[in-house]
Amino acid sequence: MHELPQQLVNGLLLGSMYGLIAIGYTMVYGIVQLINFAHGEIFMTGGFGALTVWLWLPAGTSVWAALPLMLIGAIFVSTTIAIGAERFAYRPLRGAPRLAPLITAIGLSLALQQAVWAWYPEAKSARSFPELPGGSIHIGSVTMQPGDIFLLITAPICMIALGYFVMKTRIGRGMQATAQDPDTAKLMGINTDRVIVVAFAIGAAFAGIAAVARGLKYGQIDFRMGFILGLKAFTAAVLGGIGNIYGAMIGGVVLGLAESMATAYINDVPGMDKLGGQSWADVWAFVLLIVVLLVRPQGLLGERVADRA
Amino acid sequence: MRQRSLIAITAALTAGALTLTACGSRDDKDDGDEAGGGTTVVIGVDAPLTGELSALGLGIRNSVDLATKQANQKKYVDGVTFKIEALDDQGQPSSGQTNATKLVADKDVLGAVGPLNSSVAESMQKVFDDAKLVQVSPANTNPALTQGPDWNGGKKARPYKSYFRTATTDAIQGPFAAQYLYNKAKKKKVFVVDDKKTYGAGLAATFKDEFTKLGGKVVGTEHINPDTKDFGAVATKIRNSDADLVYYGGEYPQAGPLSKQMKQAGSKAPLVGGDGIYSADFIKLSGKQGVGDYATSVGQPVEELPSAKEFIANYKKAGFKEAYEAYGGYSYDSAWAIIEAVKKVVDDNDGKLPDDARAKVIDAMKDVSFDGVTGKVSFDEYGDATNKQLTVYQVKTTDPKSGWKPVESGTYTGTN
Repeated sequence: MHELPQQLVNGLLLGSMYGLIAIGYTMVYGIVQLINFAHGEIFMTGGFGALTVWLWLPAGTSVWAALPLMLIGAIFVSTTIAIGAERFAYRPLRGAPRLAPLITAIGLSLALQQAVWAWYPEAKSARSFPELPGGSIHIGSVTMQPGDIFLLITAPICMIALGYFVMKTRIGRGMQATAQDPDTAKLMGINTDRVIVVAFAIGAAFAGIAAVARGLKYGQIDFRMGFILGLKAFTAAVLGGIGNIYGAMIGGVVLGLAESMATAYINDVPGMDKLGGQSWADVWAFVLLIVVLLVRPQGLLGERVADRA
Repeated sequence: MRQRSLIAITAALTAGALTLTACGSRDDKDDGDEAGGGTTVVIGVDAPLTGELSALGLGIRNSVDLATKQANQKKYVDGVTFKIEALDDQGQPSSGQTNATKLVADKDVLGAVGPLNSSVAESMQKVFDDAKLVQVSPANTNPALTQGPDWNGGKKARPYKSYFRTATTDAIQGPFAAQYLYNKAKKKKVFVVDDKKTYGAGLAATFKDEFTKLGGKVVGTEHINPDTKDFGAVATKIRNSDADLVYYGGEYPQAGPLSKQMKQAGSKAPLVGGDGIYSADFIKLSGKQGVGDYATSVGQPVEELPSAKEFIANYKKAGFKEAYEAYGGYSYDSAWAIIEAVKKVVDDNDGKLPDDARAKVIDAMKDVSFDGVTGKVSFDEYGDATNKQLTVYQVKTTDPKSGWKPVESGTYTGTN
């Protein structure tokens, strides 16, 4: 069992990344009841935004110095695409039957994936991403990379900042009001269009940060990375209670821990030796999702918009 | 009115996305052929031209293209102009089967080169065999493809008469690696990982058998999901298993990140794999952690064979954008095997293609024998290459272009 602390950290790291992406799903759903399936690809383009900045910088720039610029690049690209998608793909469909924006989202997701594949130089297979310098860090039996530390620090900071934003700022309160009842909110003088754009932008910014974190952690990005991670993040959002921003983070971490525990220990359970290991991790993650939804259909922390309508 | 325009937008976006997807499968350069008149014979190519394994796939396509151009230039078969039809399987068995059906439907197709993946080949074999269309794979190494599912139990039976390959099989690739690593590199404790696919799982199993037979110990096994890049939990298990070697049955998109992550987790063991990881992209993906890792690959290093000099020079001259990669030489030889078979069929029929050309090509294939880029090209009774050369490579530097260096070439000897 001496590998337990390491496996917990592995799960926490994976989960933090799911959580950061899940916020984009949950905020958009909370406000406009739209499942933005293109969010995974918005995350992916953020990664390529950061890589572009890195390639523009003169060779030999230290990664630490480049990191803030890369983050800005990632956030710029992902938010621009998200705002563009909202304006041109989703807003015209507001009020249409729910199936229409869903199909648009899937189409947009394919279009973004293929656009990067077709136009980003050498993006047809994985591209290497700079890694943070410095050796691994040992705490007891736990080994971590500088990229892991970046993720562990960034995820909580993002959450706290978002919590403050939603609770304390004017537009944040406007968001809550729009989530509860968009028509009444509009009558109260809230610019709901702006609120929705901000929700898309914040989700995309977090996805951009997550993409940089992923690049630093694995040292590579590719045009298809958004699909699977997006699905997992969506699962995390549902697990935590879609529409609930803290739920997204909790759901992400629970999902990450479930995957890493399943990989490490299911094999050791008597009679389960054929059902364990990394190739079964997704299965167990979804079993967990089903169990949670059976017992608590609103998700772990509950869906904040459930009482409406 | 508003509703209608919304639907139009949705439809346009979806259509746009689908068009873009379709771009991937279109052969982007098909510049006709200079030699006019006569019969056109099409050689189909099926390989992953997009997606993670596209580096290898594009190398296959280009090499086949080069072979047909050379044949046309030399007017090798009188009155016949060769063309290629390259289809993208994205490494997916279902796409491979669709492509096979498409090639079979085209009457001008007399042979196909490909695919890259053994799992894709499984889905294509029957389609080709029913249509009596010859298929030559430059890269499939799973023994069951030629020797039937019971090949390991001693009952070898060839399932499809239309299937041939120029690459040697995992039945000798895995054991060859095991012998080198146990006897020469002195590794005694191995952790075996595979991706559960036909190629990966088969290769890992043959390695494991030979390694334990030699006296080595398997300290752990794990199957990974090839869709993911997070191997944190597996890496931790590897570190704690105290293995001095990790064998990975699978391909480089997963092997690279796995090598990197297991070493970051603190493991000192090198990663070893088969020809599926012998790619420049493996070095790109594993970075500095990949230095010291091994791979086996079929044949001798193409650069070291005198027979390959002309191929390399011609490949350069043809100006392909992509490198020929691990299977370029084999693809070139596969295409030439088909060309040779077509030539024999045409010669036997007074310089014309007979009506049952496809079936005749399969017959002619059995006796094909010539000196190719990779050595002598001919096939045994199962359709396997008679050339059973293998090479162990090791990553020496982080430069993707020249990081792989051959450390030992040889022919596997031992019980098979």
